[in-house]
Amino acid sequence: MPLRIERRPRPSRAMSWASPLIAAALTAAVAMILFALDGREPVSTLWIFLTTPLADLYGFGELLLKAAPLILIGVGLAIGFRAGVWNIGAEGQLVLGVIFGGWLALEFGGAGPWVMPAMLLAGGIGGALWAAVPALLRTRFNASEILTSLMLNYCAQLWLAYLVFGPWRDPAGFNFPQSAPLHPDALLPIVIENTRANIEIVIAVAAALVAWIFIERTHLGFQLRVTGAAPGAARYAGFPVRRAVWIGMLTGGFAAGVAGVGEIAGPLGQIFPTASAGYGYAAIIVAFLGRLHPAGIVPAGLLLALLAIAGDYAQMMLGMPSSIGGLFQGTLLFFLLAADVLTTWRIRRVEDAPLPATEAA
Amino acid sequence: MPDLLPILVAALVAGTPLVYAALGELVAERAGVINLGVEGMMVVGAVVGFAAMMGGAGWPAAALAAAAAGAALALPFAALAVSLGANQIAAGLALTIFGTSLGSYIGKPYVGMALAPAPSALQQAAGQIPGLGVVLGQLHPLVWLSWAVFGGVWWFLYRARAGLVLRAVGESPASAWAIGHPVGRIRYAAVLFGGAMAGLAGAFVSVVYTALWTEGLIAGRGWIAVALVVFATWRPGRCFAGAYLFGGATIAQLFGQTALAAVPSELMSALPYLATVVVLVVISRDEARLRLHVPASLGKPFSA
Repeated sequence: MPLRIERRPRPSRAMSWASPLIAAALTAAVAMILFALDGREPVSTLWIFLTTPLADLYGFGELLLKAAPLILIGVGLAIGFRAGVWNIGAEGQLVLGVIFGGWLALEFGGAGPWVMPAMLLAGGIGGALWAAVPALLRTRFNASEILTSLMLNYCAQLWLAYLVFGPWRDPAGFNFPQSAPLHPDALLPIVIENTRANIEIVIAVAAALVAWIFIERTHLGFQLRVTGAAPGAARYAGFPVRRAVWIGMLTGGFAAGVAGVGEIAGPLGQIFPTASAGYGYAAIIVAFLGRLHPAGIVPAGLLLALLAIAGDYAQMMLGMPSSIGGLFQGTLLFFLLAADVLTTWRIRRVEDAPLPATEAA
Repeated sequence: MPDLLPILVAALVAGTPLVYAALGELVAERAGVINLGVEGMMVVGAVVGFAAMMGGAGWPAAALAAAAAGAALALPFAALAVSLGANQIAAGLALTIFGTSLGSYIGKPYVGMALAPAPSALQQAAGQIPGLGVVLGQLHPLVWLSWAVFGGVWWFLYRARAGLVLRAVGESPASAWAIGHPVGRIRYAAVLFGGAMAGLAGAFVSVVYTALWTEGLIAGRGWIAVALVVFATWRPGRCFAGAYLFGGATIAQLFGQTALAAVPSELMSALPYLATVVVLVVISRDEARLRLHVPASLGKPFSA
């Protein structure tokens, strides 16, 4: 009984949700092979790798701390991806959030409890402004937003480096490239006692809810989805494609900017030239792994956060480079894209049917 | 004009990784596959080439190893993009994320190490040539090889039958398939060539250009190479010239830092990225002309 690959009559919804699980299983298999090559016992090492970070409440707090920016940015990017807009610049938009929010914190640090919310807003605006550049270049000059948004990542990074090495450097900081510690007014409140998990995780989950309603239940959200899935149909229906580009870019930029403030007003507490831990890129994986759907992005963000923390622990406990976390993230996306093929194709056993008469003749 | 010589040499050297990477990407895109993994493949090529040199290999072996690593990395991308018809943008991003992490993983023991400069025998021999020797003697043989690659790519695309077939696959895979050309296999070959060139480009950076390995060494050169292909409107001649234009911009930035002390060095370092954005805008604003040159099936999966 030979096997045959054939196109499904319509994409399988069940497969679309099963494929992240398949991808995670395959990634775990690759991880075990890698551990074995490194001369370790594969199963127990994987167990240590994945469970050690969650062994206590503090570890759980770290997970929420890392997941918050990933979920927040992932939700923002997903709106763009659904609209067919490839914003690869979340990393730079996050840095702009650091710059805008950081400026406010350094300038008005102890001025009152309004500083922290104002920082989040300013950071979001900074990120959105940075994202507006590729949006403008795409809608006005037809330039690929993939490449322009990516180039701006490097520019944002250099801008932040200039500020922290120059005007923002802490005079009392022994000449290290870092700002003065932010005023307590400028820091995000902790939501779980004895951990570092702050209010950003609440903001991220709320953002996921709002995005869900927006993309699935509003007319504008519907227009965006159609524009992404079938640009020709969207144009025929009179949906403004340019507006989709703008909304897609700006939501991603705003979310990334807020996440940037979450870093300096959260775990860092001051401004470093390397304020981002690569969340802008990892959030792309989160968005895809979560099926570009807010309900999926929340668990996907938790999983990627676990991988990132596990990478850090691997360095401390197992003596492996922390980049192993990133390695697994990339592998996960590879397998996800491969498994996604099964949503539009299926493998079927073909019964040994008698040949049609025409061929027998 | 003795002062111009070091600038010319520096610009040629700075442009060479872009020549390799952009020409490789150009061939893949002419076959209809856009691979955004160039940055990742360059990072891995840089580490592998550097590790090979540290392990005592000569530069030809190091370059070869890096090219092989780039091609090996392009293979899973090709499987996704060509065989499985996955979204090429997403698959390319996956390759860049994976390659960048793999590079830091392999490169961990080499961080901060540097290679001793050793002009090759070939290079010293070329220095003896009257006239041209003044320039050639200062250029690594891998720079000359990049010229050969350019000549080869140009000849292949415009003068060889196989190149015509490759372009046909990029324009109309269905027609190419209908007259019996193996579209999938040709696309695989083009993507693997692009990977090998990206690996070589990475090795050039770590082995010849900087002669050291550190994280973030490639610093977006792979993305600039992808942008160069658009800038060149998918034509190798413009790609070649564009690579040196960017090489020149990088050098101008270094010279500018000494000449214009008042300008922050970070702003100067941002120039190549800003220039890439400007150049993309200038090229892309003429939508009709861009559509005339872009391979018609670029980014679209094909299944027979």
